[in-house]
Amino acid sequence: MGTKRQFRIWRGDETGGDLQDYMVEVNEGEVVLDVIHRLQATDAPDLACRWNCKAGKCGSCSMEINGKPKLGCMTRMSTFAEDETITVTPLRTFPVIRDLVTDVSFNYEKARETPAFAPPPGVAPGDYRMQQIDVERSQEFRKCIECFLCQTVCHVIRDHEENKAAFAGPRYFIRAAELDMHPLDARTDRKEYAQAEQGLGYCNITKCCTEVCPEHIKITDNGIIPMKERVVDRRYDPLVWLGSKIFRRGQVPQTIVTGEHSPGAVGAHAAGPAGVHSHAGGSHDARAETQAQQGVNWHREVPKPTAPAVDASGRMPLTELTFDRAAAPSPFGDDVTFPLPPEHLNFAHPEQDKH
Amino acid sequence: MTTTTRIERHHYDVVVIGAGGAGLRAAIEARLAGKKTAIISKSLFGKAHTVMAEGGAAAAMGNVNSRDTWQVHFRDTMRGGKFLNNFRMAELHAKESPQRIWELETYGALFDRTKDGKISQRNFGGHEYPRLAHVGDRTGLELIRTLQQKIVSLQQEDKRDHGSYDARIKVFAETTITELLLDGDRIAGAFGYYRESGEFVLFEAPAVVLATGGVGRSYKVTSNSWEYTGDGHALALRAGATLINMEFLQFHPTGMVWPPSVKGILVTESVRGDGGVLKNSDGKRFMFDYVPDVFRKQYADNEAEADRWYDDPDNNRRPPELLPRDEVARAINSEVKAGRGTPAGGVYLDIASRLPAEEIRRRLPSMYHQFKELADVDITREPMEVGPTCHYVMGGVEVDPDSGAAFGQVRGLFAAGEVSGGMHGSNRLGGNSLSDLLVFGKRAGGHAASYADGLAARPRVPVAAVEAAVETALAPLQRDTGENPYTLQQDLQAVMGDLVGIIRREGELVEALSRLGELRERVAKVSAAGGRRYNPGWHLALDLRNMLVVSECTAKAALERQESRGGHTREDYPAMDPAWRRVNLVCSLDGDTVRLDRKPLPKMRPELVALFDRAELAKYLTDEELAEFDALAEEAGK
Repeated sequence: MGTKRQFRIWRGDETGGDLQDYMVEVNEGEVVLDVIHRLQATDAPDLACRWNCKAGKCGSCSMEINGKPKLGCMTRMSTFAEDETITVTPLRTFPVIRDLVTDVSFNYEKARETPAFAPPPGVAPGDYRMQQIDVERSQEFRKCIECFLCQTVCHVIRDHEENKAAFAGPRYFIRAAELDMHPLDARTDRKEYAQAEQGLGYCNITKCCTEVCPEHIKITDNGIIPMKERVVDRRYDPLVWLGSKIFRRGQVPQTIVTGEHSPGAVGAHAAGPAGVHSHAGGSHDARAETQAQQGVNWHREVPKPTAPAVDASGRMPLTELTFDRAAAPSPFGDDVTFPLPPEHLNFAHPEQDKH
Repeated sequence: MTTTTRIERHHYDVVVIGAGGAGLRAAIEARLAGKKTAIISKSLFGKAHTVMAEGGAAAAMGNVNSRDTWQVHFRDTMRGGKFLNNFRMAELHAKESPQRIWELETYGALFDRTKDGKISQRNFGGHEYPRLAHVGDRTGLELIRTLQQKIVSLQQEDKRDHGSYDARIKVFAETTITELLLDGDRIAGAFGYYRESGEFVLFEAPAVVLATGGVGRSYKVTSNSWEYTGDGHALALRAGATLINMEFLQFHPTGMVWPPSVKGILVTESVRGDGGVLKNSDGKRFMFDYVPDVFRKQYADNEAEADRWYDDPDNNRRPPELLPRDEVARAINSEVKAGRGTPAGGVYLDIASRLPAEEIRRRLPSMYHQFKELADVDITREPMEVGPTCHYVMGGVEVDPDSGAAFGQVRGLFAAGEVSGGMHGSNRLGGNSLSDLLVFGKRAGGHAASYADGLAARPRVPVAAVEAAVETALAPLQRDTGENPYTLQQDLQAVMGDLVGIIRREGELVEALSRLGELRERVAKVSAAGGRRYNPGWHLALDLRNMLVVSECTAKAALERQESRGGHTREDYPAMDPAWRRVNLVCSLDGDTVRLDRKPLPKMRPELVALFDRAELAKYLTDEELAEFDALAEEAGK
């Protein structure tokens, strides 16, 4: 019942290689990995290809099929036309070892750089209590099978070797998000870490990672965007910053602040060793707002809006190919570096009087 | 030639071969004991076959039913293994698995929760109470990822304290060990190659923990990955250790049989735990015809009672679909043989007509997803086609129950997880594997560390043994007249699948042994095309000899054991024989040939025997043993 189908498979190693043509028998119900196994058993016994479970659960057989990053075991032959030539190449973002096998050690290095789960101090094994609804957000990210398809498709590093040092990639953004959302993780700086150390800012949300994820994890919507939003909130909104200093996680009031949270308590909370981990927005307390606005120089000189930078031809560098970085230009202007000098901010530090 | 071969050398205190659940847990323990530890992984880090475990990890935490205790878990395990288990292993396992599960939470694991925020536990075949800690149906992935991330966190500590992630625990990914090296009868190291480069690597270490998993790749229809070539079993044999219970292989009753690309892949038992039923091609729910006498008390004999059980388990007997795996596998096999199977040679597993689509997707998300994506089958609309698939080997390295140290002529060798034998007796209960990995992984790692501590001097690796290992490894590349390793593997799979499969007969086993003898000659002359860099043909050629020797053990032991019990069914000896319950079949290597000895089973301690009803014991024990039990009971009654 088998038919012969045309395959083009990249053969070679780090010194070079090319696409080679094979005619292979294909039977009903088979996937691309079955065809590769048939080739190994017949025409190409030394064809290198990783695989393990052959059930879409281990994430080993990542390859690019007709240019799209996919799992070989999850790509049914019935999705191609009878006369279609199927081209199989190794993951483009990582260095080739041989044939379809690439050196994915980049990912393991980034994994080691991501701070591990921090167990809550003083909670004995067996005493962990969490509600199902609270663990589900992190569980979505823990479905990840580490196939690294999101990493290979991410344009920040796909054709930009130079970004690899500073960019951890979608897989490790959702690892950070997973820990950030873990109900009992004791670390409080997951978002800041993602921004400062993992290169979260390079991501400009093209959602390619979500599209290729074989586990259908909403990498961008549920992982990256919430992480970015919170980072932005906390970095640039003084009220959120203040709120996060006043309230401990889970205690953020919905409407008003009670008397215990007087400005006098601010310093004590901020200085406390316990984690401050706010997922919430800022407070709308009038007193806190007044407090924040005291001492602001409303007559400071504000830079005038300027036109965007143009290149030699007088046009904006609109595509990544011609622009000097992978991510989008800064919405604050490319000549603005952070942190801004304090006198340029509409913000008063709650402890400024001490200095 | 060998003098010019480059060999990378490393010194470690403990080398753990295998990076699945047992290996990683062992490595964590050895590192926590302060030992410099290497983890050898045949695949990339985190891809081990443990990820395939779907149902959960059995531990008597009593979160869902507070009547669950270690004694009940112990009883279920012994019952499931048809009393052939090493009782001490079953006891340790039942007592320690709750701590091992709770420990995972401190590593960051996120299990599904009960309403009061504890770890949720689900029902599973052979377990009296809901006992399996789970994460949807991807518990194995959670376990491996949690252990992987714990190792990373230890590496981060080492980076902080010693300046390097690899200072005290290092993962050697895509590395295969081909030989253990001995100094006299003591382990001195392990020799292998990097799969990526084909370069050789030598680990000098006084203690080795085997955690290499099982042997399923010797079978045609299997749920196991390519890694399951019995490496640890064969390494142990060649190092002078012994294997027990090799005749017992678990055929998971419900593997996919259609479409062919996913033949062998498991459909988790929780499909049945959540209400799925088995039907033959006549549409009959046939499991009621296959409840063995020993189980009549616990299993319903009519559909009405079975269906009530899902909501009211205290007042109804369980549905027969939840019988132990071997019973279900045999029942399916009988239905298919009687001509009531599906066109692809299985039976129907129907959950679509039992639960609303929404509920199926919620309870079995990755099952739904797997069928949809791999097979284009919607399990909320149509039944699945399932049949038995080779899933797990109960047999393995004979170990000391408390320390995991291998018996036989070798010191410094430890084993944990599927590669070790005894814990599960003749048949493993679902969910007992993940907890087994953790309990005995920790024990083996800890005891390997203290063994290394207790040595006055380090064993030395003999140069001649290294040279011999290099020669053996290179041989298939240097021959060009031998056969293709893929052909040989297919032939081996055909022999094992057809002649040493789920139902066995004397004549077929004798024939299997003679065909394995022929294969041995052919495997000795195998040749692999290509070079040393990431050459899967070469890798398979080297794995073949391991698969072959382990297959010989299975065939020999299966021929010897003249009864049917758990994962060993002899058509010519269909009954369980209490006399055989007292015997373990022990395999060892005598030169090149597999030698088989009988060895009495360790005797269960009286307080453990007392956990069972006399009526139940009567099904398993000899009259002589029962008389002893009665004497004890009388003593206690006085």
